[in-house]
Amino acid sequence: MLTLDLANQLKAKFGDFISEPVEFRGEITVKLADAEQIAEVCGFAKAKLGFNYLVDISSLDNYGEDPRWTLVYELRNFANGAELRIKTDVSEEKSELPTVLGVWATANWHEREIYDMMGIRFRGHPDLRRILMWEGYPYFPLRKDFPLAGKPTNVPEVAFTEVSPMEGGPFVTIPSSGDAIGREPRVRNPEE
Amino acid sequence: MQTQSEIGYNSKIEGDVVITRIDAALAWFQKNSVWPMPMGLACCGIELMAVGASRFDISRFGSEVMRFSPRQSDCMIVAGTVTYKMAGFVKRIYDQMPSPKWVIAMGACASTGGMYRSYAVLQGVDNIIPVDVYVSGCPPRPEAVLDALIKIQNQIGKEPILGKMNLVAKLTGSSKS
Repeated sequence: MLTLDLANQLKAKFGDFISEPVEFRGEITVKLADAEQIAEVCGFAKAKLGFNYLVDISSLDNYGEDPRWTLVYELRNFANGAELRIKTDVSEEKSELPTVLGVWATANWHEREIYDMMGIRFRGHPDLRRILMWEGYPYFPLRKDFPLAGKPTNVPEVAFTEVSPMEGGPFVTIPSSGDAIGREPRVRNPEE
Repeated sequence: MQTQSEIGYNSKIEGDVVITRIDAALAWFQKNSVWPMPMGLACCGIELMAVGASRFDISRFGSEVMRFSPRQSDCMIVAGTVTYKMAGFVKRIYDQMPSPKWVIAMGACASTGGMYRSYAVLQGVDNIIPVDVYVSGCPPRPEAVLDALIKIQNQIGKEPILGKMNLVAKLTGSSKS
């Protein structure tokens, strides 16, 4: 399989830093052991393996585990359609890894979003500002220990936030063929 | 020399003279030329465009002049989700509008935060600016927005414009304009 070949080439180049490729439902994932190498790995993937498009970078919060952060890089090769996923772990104490902005320019806003929502810093990023929340907001709202309703903040002359009324929510819609009353968004406990 | 002008009985201008109060005349001018400040922030903004387009045609009510400059508008239509990041700008644009001014909160999000019970969304634009009419819906039908506009017009017709200017000045703490 094409993507598997490319993943094995990546492993041949970086040796033990790259895990055995794992296939799940036709998608290939490799794990990078050392997040500090991410820029080199991505640079090689683009230059030699033809992954000329970075689809997305996302981050996971493995709250309560160590390392806490997992970053997921989705790569695509437009010439042959291959898609490769690279995962790498970052510890909470460090919360920092090199930027891949030098490889794909599109990483700029992806990395800003991760910084804004998770608080993971990208070393070498030229413009690491918040992208969705306002500048000066003191929290990182997609972390697992941050409440959905938010926390009250106030930076005078800039912006403020308040705790939003959850009214017992979050409200969940269930897909079913039932009537509108049964399907409507409402508080649903997990056991229901 | 004529000392008494009988305007109602002068055959040359008969029927062209209306006697009224200055407040009523100003209110009539004002209510039939409400220039909206289209504060389109989310999907309600698309529906607001439909209100302005030919099928629903807001110009039938004298409000076709969407002004993208707050200095030239009377009625801010807050159409969409007001995030905390945007809230400061909405307030600032409202402050830049000259009195008298009105606000329509269009849709569930602008009225109450809507389905966005979250850290990022202001729970109703009335937390930062005074709202005259709330429109329900997600997004509201264009007819609902026109109905809100008619409600604003009725309100303008009822209240003395000069009095409203003083009231807004008092509420916002700004000096009389």
